[in-house]
Amino acid sequence: MARFALRRLLGMVAVLFAVSVLTFLIFNVIPSSDPAQRMAGKSATPRLVASITEEWGFDDPLPQQYLTMMKKIFSGDVISYEGRENVDERIVEGIPATFSLCIGAAAIWMFFGILFGYLSAVRAGGLLDRALTVIAVAGISMPVFWLAAIFLNYLTYKTEIFPSGEYVELVADPIEWAYHLILPWTTLAILYVGFYSRVLRSNMLDAMNEDYVRTARAKGLSERQVMGRHVLRNSLGPIVTLFGLDVGALLGGAILIEAIFSLNGIGQYAYESLINTDLPPIMAIVLFGAFFVVLFNALADIAYAYLDPRVKLGSSAQ
Amino acid sequence: MASEPNAEAALIGSSPWRLAWRRLRRDRVALGFLGLFVLIVAFVLAAPLWANDVAHTGPDKTHTLEKIEVNGEQREVVNREGKPIGPVGLGAGGKFFLGADGRLGRDEMVRLMYGGRVSLFIGIVSALITVFLATILGLLAGYYRGWTDTVIARTMDVIWAFPVMLLAIALGLSLAVGGLRIGPLHLSGGSIWIPILIIGGVSVPYIARPLRGQVFSLREKEFVEAAVAQGAGPLRIMFGELLPNLSSTIIVFFTLTIANNMLLEAALSFLGVGVQPPSTSWGTMIAGGFDLLSSAPLLTILPSTMILLTVLSVNVFGDGLRDALDPNAKLRLEAHAGMSEPEGTAV
Repeated sequence: MARFALRRLLGMVAVLFAVSVLTFLIFNVIPSSDPAQRMAGKSATPRLVASITEEWGFDDPLPQQYLTMMKKIFSGDVISYEGRENVDERIVEGIPATFSLCIGAAAIWMFFGILFGYLSAVRAGGLLDRALTVIAVAGISMPVFWLAAIFLNYLTYKTEIFPSGEYVELVADPIEWAYHLILPWTTLAILYVGFYSRVLRSNMLDAMNEDYVRTARAKGLSERQVMGRHVLRNSLGPIVTLFGLDVGALLGGAILIEAIFSLNGIGQYAYESLINTDLPPIMAIVLFGAFFVVLFNALADIAYAYLDPRVKLGSSAQ
Repeated sequence: MASEPNAEAALIGSSPWRLAWRRLRRDRVALGFLGLFVLIVAFVLAAPLWANDVAHTGPDKTHTLEKIEVNGEQREVVNREGKPIGPVGLGAGGKFFLGADGRLGRDEMVRLMYGGRVSLFIGIVSALITVFLATILGLLAGYYRGWTDTVIARTMDVIWAFPVMLLAIALGLSLAVGGLRIGPLHLSGGSIWIPILIIGGVSVPYIARPLRGQVFSLREKEFVEAAVAQGAGPLRIMFGELLPNLSSTIIVFFTLTIANNMLLEAALSFLGVGVQPPSTSWGTMIAGGFDLLSSAPLLTILPSTMILLTVLSVNVFGDGLRDALDPNAKLRLEAHAGMSEPEGTAV
């Protein structure tokens, strides 16, 4: 287990390096205009552009430029030239709102995903199963704007049942915190829940045909024990992997949801910076976001190996 | 089918495509949603007809200070508080059928039709690019294996590690501001081809990966060995032997990619790094309408409902197509699991 974890973490470092190089290329090399000019924003003076060129070393050779960029981002030294503020500090300020949104929503969609997946696998072909198929396809096809617009229109503006988002600190008032997050949580969870339940359902249907399930029944275990202890537990692996990917991606900023519900997290910051074409914050957020994904992906793989020891054997046999 | 006198014999002589078509014809749900998609396409294609002959205005024409007569009553297109007129149906002879779009007082119906053209065009063309690149990469990696495969697969892994949204945003921001120059080809920042290339490009790994896997297993089949023995070169084997065997997978992925790419376009345009004004897409319409959500919710709900219907119709039809092309449908959910990522991150 330790060896597998170590190897997975080493692989992670390699991917992180590649991701950082790609980010560097996207922002500073691929576009055909002067990077300092773009970074300075709309109100650029020649003097500002010259000082940015100096600060980021855009006259240096590319590898040197890459090192300068990484050093600046990771030492918390990046300044937004539009907003004149420290980018890393703003990102850290956004963490509570983004984490509250993502972890809450993830808990909701995981709970209902597993519940619905379990029920529809146990009653495959039944009414609930068919209803969930429809919900899953609708969830995959739903633009987040549509769901958010419907919720906000009917539950906030017309009836004033829920507030329109706006993050309240958890330590300040836990009840208001949850109350303000209900709509964003629900919106986010609905987009994922159908898909998760479908994946779990198909894994469980596959697992039900396995020999160990027949053995479990032959031992005289109750149907609930067979389903819960044997079928469900052995079907959770792919869900855990998916979960790691999705949560990692969201922690990098659930940009649309945060912008729509003005949640003042990392995603909201990204949205504001995009609207102002303010490059330095986006650069940092993209890099941190990609790092979160890679990290959570590796953690999910390790968790998966813990749940299913065959994974370790499989990967070392390669 | 029943009308054919010799159904048994016809069945034996049918090509796989004919068999698939027969299965598809029996799938009422898939055909129903194909019908919906055709209706949407017809709706956006009729844009100039509606604009010229019914609404008598264009998608970018502003009517801020104008008054129109609705059922004999004079009404301002945009009132003093800046609130646009709501849907008037045919009350004004087809003008402002769905109301106006905000302070600028443009005709929402006309914009919805023209915006749909851009959204659908981006969805379809970017999906073509995705599928084309993914097929080439999948064939190269799967056929040559060795270091070619290593290079392609590792590059894909890195792109895969990026959340699709963030990657597309990064590209959109740097290219929309800076423009793109590859050799003689120059695209200015506002060009619609920039979002097309970005959306088409970032989705490639999600299709290339499964295709590569399929090429790997096809490569071991006897018919490839036979082609090698006949002296066929790499190109002939890749495009003459392997490609036809991938075609049903490619077609299914193509439809599902259209759906995901349209969602990505809407997200990027909402964030200001997709379609740039003055071009209009459903995504830019949502971006413009969202600020007015509390006073004029239809301006958000209409374009996003159009996206929902289009994406839903393409997804359901794609599912039906997969069932028809691959009756065993063993890969159904795996393929979908791969497809969920680009969409799943668009939040």
